[in-house]
Amino acid sequence: MRMHLRRRGLVAVGLAGVMALTACGGSDDSGTGASGDGEAGGTLVFGASADPVTLDPAYVSDGESLRVIRQVFEGLVTTEEGGTEVVPALAEEWENSEDGLEWTFSLRDGVTFHDGEPFDAEAVCANFDRWYGFTGLQQSSSVSYYYQTVFGGYENNESEDLSDPLYESCTAQDETTAVIRLTSPSASFLTGLTLPSFSIASPKALEEGNADQVSGNADEPRFEGTFGQEPVGTGPFEFESWEVGNRLVLSRFEDYWGEPAKLERLVFRPIAEGPARAQALQAGEIQAYDGVDPADVERLRGEGFEILERPAFNVGYIGFNVDVAPLDNLQIRQAIAHAINREALLQANYPEGSEVATQFMPPELFGHADDVPTYDYDPDRARQLIAESGVSNPTLDFWYPTDVTRPYMPDPAANFQAMQADLEAVGFTVNPNSAPWRPDYLAAAQAGSAPVHLLGWNGDFADPDNFVGTFFRTKQPAWGTLPDEIYTQLEEARTEADLDRRAELYQAANRAIMEFLPGVPYVHNKSFLVTAEGVSGLVPSPVSNEVFQNVTVSG
Amino acid sequence: MTGPGSATDPADVTRPGGLAGGTAAEVDLALPAEEGGGRGREVVRRLRRSPSAVLGLVLVGLFVLVGVFAPLLAPYSPTFVDLTDIRPGDFPGPSREHLLGVDNLGRDVFSRILYGARYSLVIGVVSVLIGASAGTVLGLLAGAFGGWVDGVVMRLVDIMLAVPSLLAAIGIAALLGRSLTSVMIAIGVVNVPIFARLLRGAMLSQRESDYALAATSLGVKRWRVTLQHVFPNSLAPVIVQGTLALATAIIDAAGLAFLGLGAQDPRIPEWGRMLADAQLYLASEPLLALWPGLAIMISVLGFYLFGEALREALDPKLRR
Amino acid sequence: MLRFAVRRLLLLVPILLGLSVLVFLFVRALPGGPETALLGERATPERLAEVRETYGLNRPLPQQYLTYMGNVLQGDLGVSPTTRQPVRDEIARRFPATIELATTAVVFAVGVGIPLGFVAARRPGSWVDNASTVGSLLGISIPVFALGYLLKYVFAVKLGWLPSSGRESPTSFADHPTGFYVLDGLLTGNPSASWDALKHLVLPGIALGTIPLAFITRITRAAVLEVSNEDYVRTAEAKGLERSVVSRRHVLRNAMLPVTTVIGLQTGLLLSGAVLTESVFAFNGMGSFLASAVFDRDYAVLQGGVLFLAVVFVLVNLLVDLAYGVIDPRVRTR
Repeated sequence: MRMHLRRRGLVAVGLAGVMALTACGGSDDSGTGASGDGEAGGTLVFGASADPVTLDPAYVSDGESLRVIRQVFEGLVTTEEGGTEVVPALAEEWENSEDGLEWTFSLRDGVTFHDGEPFDAEAVCANFDRWYGFTGLQQSSSVSYYYQTVFGGYENNESEDLSDPLYESCTAQDETTAVIRLTSPSASFLTGLTLPSFSIASPKALEEGNADQVSGNADEPRFEGTFGQEPVGTGPFEFESWEVGNRLVLSRFEDYWGEPAKLERLVFRPIAEGPARAQALQAGEIQAYDGVDPADVERLRGEGFEILERPAFNVGYIGFNVDVAPLDNLQIRQAIAHAINREALLQANYPEGSEVATQFMPPELFGHADDVPTYDYDPDRARQLIAESGVSNPTLDFWYPTDVTRPYMPDPAANFQAMQADLEAVGFTVNPNSAPWRPDYLAAAQAGSAPVHLLGWNGDFADPDNFVGTFFRTKQPAWGTLPDEIYTQLEEARTEADLDRRAELYQAANRAIMEFLPGVPYVHNKSFLVTAEGVSGLVPSPVSNEVFQNVTVSG
Repeated sequence: MTGPGSATDPADVTRPGGLAGGTAAEVDLALPAEEGGGRGREVVRRLRRSPSAVLGLVLVGLFVLVGVFAPLLAPYSPTFVDLTDIRPGDFPGPSREHLLGVDNLGRDVFSRILYGARYSLVIGVVSVLIGASAGTVLGLLAGAFGGWVDGVVMRLVDIMLAVPSLLAAIGIAALLGRSLTSVMIAIGVVNVPIFARLLRGAMLSQRESDYALAATSLGVKRWRVTLQHVFPNSLAPVIVQGTLALATAIIDAAGLAFLGLGAQDPRIPEWGRMLADAQLYLASEPLLALWPGLAIMISVLGFYLFGEALREALDPKLRR
Repeated sequence: MLRFAVRRLLLLVPILLGLSVLVFLFVRALPGGPETALLGERATPERLAEVRETYGLNRPLPQQYLTYMGNVLQGDLGVSPTTRQPVRDEIARRFPATIELATTAVVFAVGVGIPLGFVAARRPGSWVDNASTVGSLLGISIPVFALGYLLKYVFAVKLGWLPSSGRESPTSFADHPTGFYVLDGLLTGNPSASWDALKHLVLPGIALGTIPLAFITRITRAAVLEVSNEDYVRTAEAKGLERSVVSRRHVLRNAMLPVTTVIGLQTGLLLSGAVLTESVFAFNGMGSFLASAVFDRDYAVLQGGVLFLAVVFVLVNLLVDLAYGVIDPRVRTR
């Protein structure tokens, strides 16, 4: 499970939308959004919360890496600026065969990589074959998470947990036509290709930069090659330099196929703490940053900064390992759910517009059920449930992460303490445990050794499988053993072709999940970007697909 | 001077205590035993005359009293959460109900500051006890046996002093896991070489003193002279350093808490942690950072002033 | 003087050897041992065996130590798993930052502390004296990171006079041949880069220099007061010498001995303070680097970095000792 992904976006277009789009191709320009009215040129410094892990698109799933990758690389398709519709990028149009197995992409002509290599169908196929041919550690979900999400497995699966590959082959029919064959029809294939992980990299640079050399282990993979430090794509910005802990510099790619970027340079400066980012913005050292603390939103707005808002496409939850006593007891789990005052927590620590979650997926998504069992704040009921459970002096080993803020939990320690107070008020004993987010906390949560833990998920896709599927479709140590019924329901829902039927299946699964209560979802939260005066053209994207192509700075 | 291997040089001044600073407690301030009961009275008399000693003592006394009687003094429980009036970046400020306002979880800051004195007191005292007792044993070994024992102990001390102390403390605390116990051990350990070197130096100079030489020449056994006369008479600088080390221990614990090393339980109202937590709301609620900051400063100042005054009072050179 | 220096230098050898053993054992004492340190906690048995073989970890400890020291002496400190760069290069990049910062702090502390202490001592009870006393007490008791935040908040955020973090402005694209940014600007004929780097040094330098400043002020004041009461000074004043001449020739010179001691002590301690200061100001130096290595469990960096810093630390102390020898001839005759 990769729940530590910073702000993965969603592709909020339903399956129906995907189907409708497949036939029609698209318009010419992917970047028709608001373009800045400032002069071309200049440098924008963006406050990132960390350095990227690597800049090889195939290997990353964290938001800071993806943010840079989105400027340097492009995929065949992308999402419209500020929206979720699939629009052309390197492919001008595409077509799906009758049986749904064959996708024909007509590629843009006259595109070159930053290293001067031509972009053509060969290059596209080289990239697809590279992903398909991943071996060893490359097959770990911590390395090629998104590939697995979309394509399931590899040419030679090295683990039984991997599913059969969706990908079959890629053929370069001519220079500008690439044909991709799948093993089964897939509705989410095209939407999946909007993810930056499926960016087309220069095959020559991949080769020369030893991009396929990965060592270390699944928890802490190490990318030995140089490609991840000197990436080569086709995007509006090309890589210039990267000094870990200080700054990463991109510069305008003059030979870009579309309209070249307005900015001459785009600098990413890592500043870990939210307050420090706010200070750097106020001091004028950076002109924009992501992940504005809720406490700063109104204040910054009041000082004349522009706050850009992304919708709440995530879920924050308390996870249980239901194999561990006393969490194996349903009444204890229900008592926890009734004990937590979610409304009060959201009102105190979350920005306006955040919503109390009733289930493990946001309401915008199909499959969300309005009639799931709910657990309102009711301390008396919680006490009663504890009494009925027969567990005397119930004790919870409750984990929370340090050194991190997430869109769904701006201040984990505050969430923990509020919940701890609520739980103790109804008679639970709470043992606090904390660990740094990466790697210790995530490792503990994923191994199931954190019986009660705070986590959450930022959606990548407008597909329920990206929420409840990731959590509960297969048995995972983090949650322990769920009723078989839930696993089978979710698997069935995933493969179901009919959209209405699919939605019904997910609704049924959501009801079953909330009945069994393997955790307590409590929030769907918004996230914010902020820009300084004089910056224009940055359009917040529901899928965090913010490309700085049309951004300008003045003054 | 911190120069290794130079403890017998006249230039060797003991290293100031603690991580963030501290002061040089000179080695030659022990008073000879002959003064007997007169010494204590003289010291008290001198302390009473020094305004900074009085101020220091008042601050330390206040700190200790607050620490001990926090449950009686605090109007609320330091961990009582009340989110009713809390909004992001907007927490009710000082009022009649909450003298210093409330924090991001609606807890009474005044009560937390009072309880925080408890934790600072315990952290300071325990870590200094660890450092002072282990350091005293090492120093006693070196000072009493001399020769190769001295050589080994002092090289060990030099090695320990060669690592920047906060870094050593971070390493130890990180290795032992997040808890107040590891913080106390870490701060204690980095204090060990300071105490060891101090005691050894004092013992060396005591051994050269007239009464020790006299006792030896009268035929008193060497170990007897060492244990009964030289050692007790060398403790004064250790006591002074102990007081000063309390000051730095409080600052150091705050530094470790700032870096994320401290108690597992986030509710614990440890000042350093409160200060670190308040950084998140610095822009909107700067007062939240002010109170724990002031509390740390006042208690550190108390121990510092008192320790300095104690040193002056014990310093035979200053007797006029 | 030379004999004194050589003797002190020789005394460093056992200390550094001992320290290298200590650091070596520290990494081996970690749960899982050094192979885990190299590979992370959940490495496969095969990979572990492979690494044990490659790094010779199945050989006897003394032999391993010798290999390790052999590498260290050749300047090979290993590769950092976090940054994927040789530890030596990482140190080479960050150490100049810490030196610049520490130098700024010392210059600030000495430049302000000695005149302040001197004036306070020559005019006891004046407002300068009182202010310096109170100020130095506050300086000693404020946690360095709290002071850092305070300076940042006032001078960077509210007043906007100085930058809030980093070593140079993110939009500066100056060359850095030596890694000492101020120096680099001058070397490459780019004074505005030097100016930029200097501005970034001011706030962290003040934050880091405040504790030394407090101590230096206090010690200078005390030393000058003591010397002023010596008979030769009173005699000099009594026989009608200009007060300023007396100050310069007799008082200051003789008072410098304890002051030098304190400067030396505080210089050594700066490395500790640098950990916190660099964290507050996102100043990319050794202190914050090693602190994050602890949290990232980057043992290659930790091992190499601690050893390196220890060498620097004892060398600084040696220099202070030597300076002491220059000022006080008695020291070197013993």
